[in-house]
Amino acid sequence: MPEVRVVNLTKKFGNIVALDNVNLVIHDKEYFSLLGPSGCGKTTLLRLIAGLIEPDSGEIYIGGKRVDNVPPEDREIGFVFQTFALFPHMTVWENVNYGPRVKNFDLKAAGTIGHEVLELVKLHERLNAYPNELSGGMMQRIAVARALAAGAKTLLLDEPLGQLDAKVRNEIRYEMRRMAKDLNLTAIHVTHDQAEAMSISDRIAVMKKGKIVQVGTPQELYMKPNSLFVAYFIGESNFLEGSVVEAKDSELVIELRGGDKVKVFGEGLKKGERAVVVVRPEVFMVEQKKQGENVLKGTVEKISFEGTFVRYEIKLRSEDSVVVIRPSLTEKWFEVGAGITLSFEPEKAHVFPYPETSLAEELSV
Amino acid sequence: MSAKKPLKYTMYLAAVAVFFALILLPPIIGIFIKWNTIEEVLGQPALMHRALIAVVNSFVIALFVSALDVVAGVPLAWLITRGKSKWLNVLDTFADIPFIVPTAALGYSLLLFWNGPEGLSALFGGSLISTGWLLVALLHFTFSYPIVVRVFVGALLDYKREYEQASRTLGAPPFIAARTVTFPILKPALIAAFILSFARSLSETGATFIVAGAFENGPVFLQNMRNAFSNGLVSQATYEGATIFASLILIVTSLSIFALIRILGSRLRLPFNRVWPSIERKLSYTKATASRNTVTLLVFLAIVLLPSLFVALPAFQALFTEHFSAAISGSGLWTDYWQSLLISYLLGAIVTVIGLIVGLPMAILIARKKFGGFIATVLDLLINVPLIVPSIALGVSLKFFWQSFAFMPEFILLIFAHLAITYPYIVRSISAAFERISVDIEDAARTLGAKPFDVFRTIMLPLTKYSILSGAIMVFTRSVSETGATLAVVTNLQTAPVVIVNWVRALQNPALNANITPSVVGLGCGILIVFSFIILLLLRLITRGKGRY
Ligand SMILES: Nc1ncnc2c1ncn2[C@@H]1O[C@H](COP(=O)(O)OP(=O)(O)O)[C@@H](O)[C@H]1O
Ligand SMILES: [Mg+2]
Repeated sequence: MPEVRVVNLTKKFGNIVALDNVNLVIHDKEYFSLLGPSGCGKTTLLRLIAGLIEPDSGEIYIGGKRVDNVPPEDREIGFVFQTFALFPHMTVWENVNYGPRVKNFDLKAAGTIGHEVLELVKLHERLNAYPNELSGGMMQRIAVARALAAGAKTLLLDEPLGQLDAKVRNEIRYEMRRMAKDLNLTAIHVTHDQAEAMSISDRIAVMKKGKIVQVGTPQELYMKPNSLFVAYFIGESNFLEGSVVEAKDSELVIELRGGDKVKVFGEGLKKGERAVVVVRPEVFMVEQKKQGENVLKGTVEKISFEGTFVRYEIKLRSEDSVVVIRPSLTEKWFEVGAGITLSFEPEKAHVFPYPETSLAEELSV
Repeated sequence: MSAKKPLKYTMYLAAVAVFFALILLPPIIGIFIKWNTIEEVLGQPALMHRALIAVVNSFVIALFVSALDVVAGVPLAWLITRGKSKWLNVLDTFADIPFIVPTAALGYSLLLFWNGPEGLSALFGGSLISTGWLLVALLHFTFSYPIVVRVFVGALLDYKREYEQASRTLGAPPFIAARTVTFPILKPALIAAFILSFARSLSETGATFIVAGAFENGPVFLQNMRNAFSNGLVSQATYEGATIFASLILIVTSLSIFALIRILGSRLRLPFNRVWPSIERKLSYTKATASRNTVTLLVFLAIVLLPSLFVALPAFQALFTEHFSAAISGSGLWTDYWQSLLISYLLGAIVTVIGLIVGLPMAILIARKKFGGFIATVLDLLINVPLIVPSIALGVSLKFFWQSFAFMPEFILLIFAHLAITYPYIVRSISAAFERISVDIEDAARTLGAKPFDVFRTIMLPLTKYSILSGAIMVFTRSVSETGATLAVVTNLQTAPVVIVNWVRALQNPALNANITPSVVGLGCGILIVFSFIILLLLRLITRGKGRY
């Protein structure tokens, strides 16, 4: 039921446009992430949905009902703050029971709910502890339990894992998704960590400077980024600058800086225009010598071993550097200084017009 | 690290030493110097009874007024910090006005407003409120109300609103969120506000005396005894004995009450466990909020602001008379006036600066329990002593004490007296602010490589800026308006309130000085208020940072 929809939402703080005419639909029972660099307006959007701040213009719907004039306590949402905001003067149990209490649930039912959610987050032993006696991971789980106990149907999570150490973070993120799925909740999860968003989300909205750049499943965003920014922010990419020398329908030949010519597929580019070719590190194939299509020559500058993969930094003839990732066990390694020939399949690369400002500006956050 | 430690402890020890040597002990020793006179009172049951009744009256009024202050002041603080209108800043500054009206002028102003034929009473044919306990209660409400507002505005600005927002998202309407989350978290500030206004009500002398009529509370009793002694109606020993007897009971009883508040306060659970969703919901939304704000503003305007400023009304008429040009040119009785104004502001500035210097380490010592929890609690209690001693008693006992050092110039004596009176304000407001800030933040800064002083300068100072400012404002305004102790201490030197008290007396008794008219008094008060108001505004502008914390 709780589909969340925002229409033409704009929010300014003084001169800062924190959200710029945002439109978004989050489906019922979806685990959805808002992903973007710090300061892009994720928290602002989440707080607007929760009703903690008021929009300058636009509409917000939860479960098909317009909620712009509904106060936060009546929006049937649960909000997990980045700092958790556990009430310092209440015990764990009182924190968890706060929602049922202020919503005047029948006391027995409230108790049952409290026990259930604490069971769910596996924190039953610490009922009488105060928040300042808990570890970060525990506080995070209490914060979620507290939101759930209040009967939230939509869970709004503002960087819920941001305060936790890496190992705990990796464990808890799957738990969060499992819990939301088990309870049939709609979850909106804010994060600046693309790996986190990719691993747990049904869909992701990538944001930049108050705008939504692309919405899609993790695979779509990875495979078909709609912009240089998304290609840059999701996963890892190499950016090769050049200009279009041949254009036949969507089949383009780009002459890169340094003179190499590559074939790629892309729409909307005309002969003579400047372009940026995007190639993921694992798309490059390596052989020591090869002639033919989409071949780039370079020298290995740096090797780092990352367990499953080896990572090479390769300097091309054009002086551009590219990153290449290869499996570490099934292939022969190259030495630093070795000459290397890279190639890639045209279908697996992307091409975008060169940005109006500059590449660096376009990718800046 | 180990080389730094002694230095740090020296600083805290010095702060404690200064507190004992300059602030706590002189008035107490002053009392003990005259200890033997107390027998004088014990031999007069009627007088003793009268003193006891007066002291009980003091406590009843103080309790009643402070409770009312919190009920009426917190909504205004809320409106000031949470409202959206730009005018709220003005309101915020206006809330300080009753602070800067010298209490004697305030008393006279209230008398005019509620009782005199020029004020409200004109509408009712006869005096609306006659002198006595009700007028005393109104007066005390008027001057202690701004204290509660000031302290609570500071607390609300330092408060992390996420707690309240969390409560809202969990289903609590604004009223329940405030009652179950915000207020309990801000409980230390509520208690501090209560204690400050309680103490102020217990100790105020100058204004209370003007409106008391036949009613006697502790300070009025003391003033009456003093007057009886000046008029030769009682012996010096009886006067001194009664002063010491009443002061002692006031001090001991209030210390016990504060100790009780201190101990019970931390146990007292504000969120009464029950909530009444349907009623409290109704209280939460626009209609209820709007009427609450209206009532709050009305109370502020009608009971606090208007009566405080009423005395300045004749000043407007005076603007077009020869009084105004006389005042501007500083001729006649205005020579003394301008000089006294200068002395008052100079005194206020000196006292504020010294108070900040000696009070800050003490505040940190208490808030961070540098010498352990027990010592912190004891110091915290002792800090209050100068607050609760009626200012006239404080002045008298300070004089008893410092008289033994005949070389002490009067101005220095005055600095000591004002320092003693204002010291608790600065320590209270800063220590409450420090208590609200997690030790983690300090630790974080330390681990980032900041030296203790850097932590203070770069972290704690910015975070507690508003509270320190409000402490400084209280000290300054309190010093500029202090009447009772000043009157008791000085013989030649005149501060602005002393001049005004003398004028008010002359007004009530034209034999003293026939040149004094209501316009003169109004103009005198008006000028003082305007100047103090400008200084307050400047203070605010200077310290207004980029963000409010
Ligand atoms: N209360 C506020 N007052 C002023 N500016 C704000 C406020 N909240 C957010 N901003 C600004 O709005 C922009 C977006 O902030 P935010 O939504 O917190 O970003 P994110 O959560 O993506 O890091 C930032 O430039 C931030 O400085
Ligand atoms: Mg954020």
